[in-house]
Amino acid sequence: MTDFARPTDTQAPAVDPAVDPTADPSAAQSARPGDRPSAHPTGGSAANTGVTPPPEQSPRARTTERVIGALALVGTACTVWLGLWVTPPDRQQGDLVRLVYIHPGVAWVALYLAFGLAAVSSVLYLWPRTRSFFWDRLAAASVEVGVVFNVCTLVSGSIWGKPTWGVWWAWDARLTLTAVLLVLFLGYLALRRVPAEPEVRARRSAFIALFAVLDVPLVHFSVNWWNTLHQGATVLNPGLTLKIHGSMAWTLLLGFVAMTLAFVWMLLVRYRIGVLEDWLDANELDAALAERQSEGVRTPGASPVGSAGIA
Amino acid sequence: MWRDAALVAGKDLRIEARSRVGLSQVAPFGIVALALFAFALGPDRAVMAQGAPGLFWVAVLFCTVLAVQRSVSVESADGARDGLRLSGIDPAGLFLGKSAAVAAQLIVLEALLAVGVVLLYGARIEVPWLIVVSCALGTVGLAATGTLYGALSSGLRVRETLLPFLLLPIVAPVLLAGTRIWQAAMAGGTPSDGTQWLRLLVLFDVVYVAVGVLLFGPILETA
Repeated sequence: MTDFARPTDTQAPAVDPAVDPTADPSAAQSARPGDRPSAHPTGGSAANTGVTPPPEQSPRARTTERVIGALALVGTACTVWLGLWVTPPDRQQGDLVRLVYIHPGVAWVALYLAFGLAAVSSVLYLWPRTRSFFWDRLAAASVEVGVVFNVCTLVSGSIWGKPTWGVWWAWDARLTLTAVLLVLFLGYLALRRVPAEPEVRARRSAFIALFAVLDVPLVHFSVNWWNTLHQGATVLNPGLTLKIHGSMAWTLLLGFVAMTLAFVWMLLVRYRIGVLEDWLDANELDAALAERQSEGVRTPGASPVGSAGIA
Repeated sequence: MWRDAALVAGKDLRIEARSRVGLSQVAPFGIVALALFAFALGPDRAVMAQGAPGLFWVAVLFCTVLAVQRSVSVESADGARDGLRLSGIDPAGLFLGKSAAVAAQLIVLEALLAVGVVLLYGARIEVPWLIVVSCALGTVGLAATGTLYGALSSGLRVRETLLPFLLLPIVAPVLLAGTRIWQAAMAGGTPSDGTQWLRLLVLFDVVYVAVGVLLFGPILETA
């Protein structure tokens, strides 16, 4: 992760309204989103007008991201191949057992890895000595990818639960805990979507993540006492002894590795998007205005009558 | 800290006593919620009595959201929040005071709702002290988490919609524990797991009150 180019980490998000020193200073404020020109993806014009260029990914980071992505893809493909064709059907569950190669791996990512990483990142953001937007973005990326995995956990669990338990959903302790976690994750994401200063948003989100994490053990105890139906942990049981054997065990373990790699890859990509989003937030208006001016169009607001006058 | 807490709680309760929003809006809303639950479950009083513990706590949770919204909006007008911060009041005291004021209102509401549950649903309470203890413990947790989330969401324009979404899942353990203790109290005795639910409520209270006391200062700076 630390390989990432982080040019905006320490950069103040404040936008300098004076892109062009000769332009009317009120132009930046009076421009509304609707007034902006339609998408103009040529970044070249922005480069010569003093707009900060979007942060570039370092070559090493790009290679790392691609290698992890490729490994995740290969790992998932191998898991699918082993799970569907190589491994035998279970004596009791038949072909249904094949879901087990994916479901625990996905659940491990959703419930432990993603949420744990988000919790640690949020605490590190709140801790004054380690405060950096790096942790904020990492927490946000982790939660967002975690939500995807959480939904996959619930869906794959439901597909398994219908033929096994006879219902799509049971109010079992672990299912309930997963669902509560999903809602807590979604609340975090909803809060992040509220427009705010990056600093304020980061702190607020970190607090929400911290409160949610403190709640997890309490929810865990309460739903455990409330109802338990789910089978005991197969792999992550105390002592880490496998209760299944042979090719099935290896496929299951490969599933864990593949899902973890997929999570890391998605996390890296989401982090990179987060960096670009922050750049966009800070520079969107400047870049748009610069593009408009480079077309030879005076920005709206400069002249009350003919807004399309040639500069 | 305690003196500040008493001052803030007194201020909030005085505002409530004069504006009567709690009495004229939140409490009637609680009664309406009880009536709606009754409509939803049908006229069979046995079913209603069975569901009474959960319905009581769900109504309490809804009222908590309203009480917290009210507690936040009191500070959001006329720069009252900045005034509070400028006044040099200890943030921990501010947290405890705001929580205490919310808790005091919730206790009154819970008494009212409990009477409503007994009268409207025909719930028979065999062990009243269990109800009293669980309500007291649950209220502390609800008020503490509500105040924390209220403060975090106070600067947001979307507060009204976001606060319930953030707060209600967090207080799920209170709902579960409170409901189970009520069921035990209605069944006429403490089952073996009754005390562990009480312990869970105590743990919930300790965690979130401690977090509020420790972190309310930084939280106030955030919003």
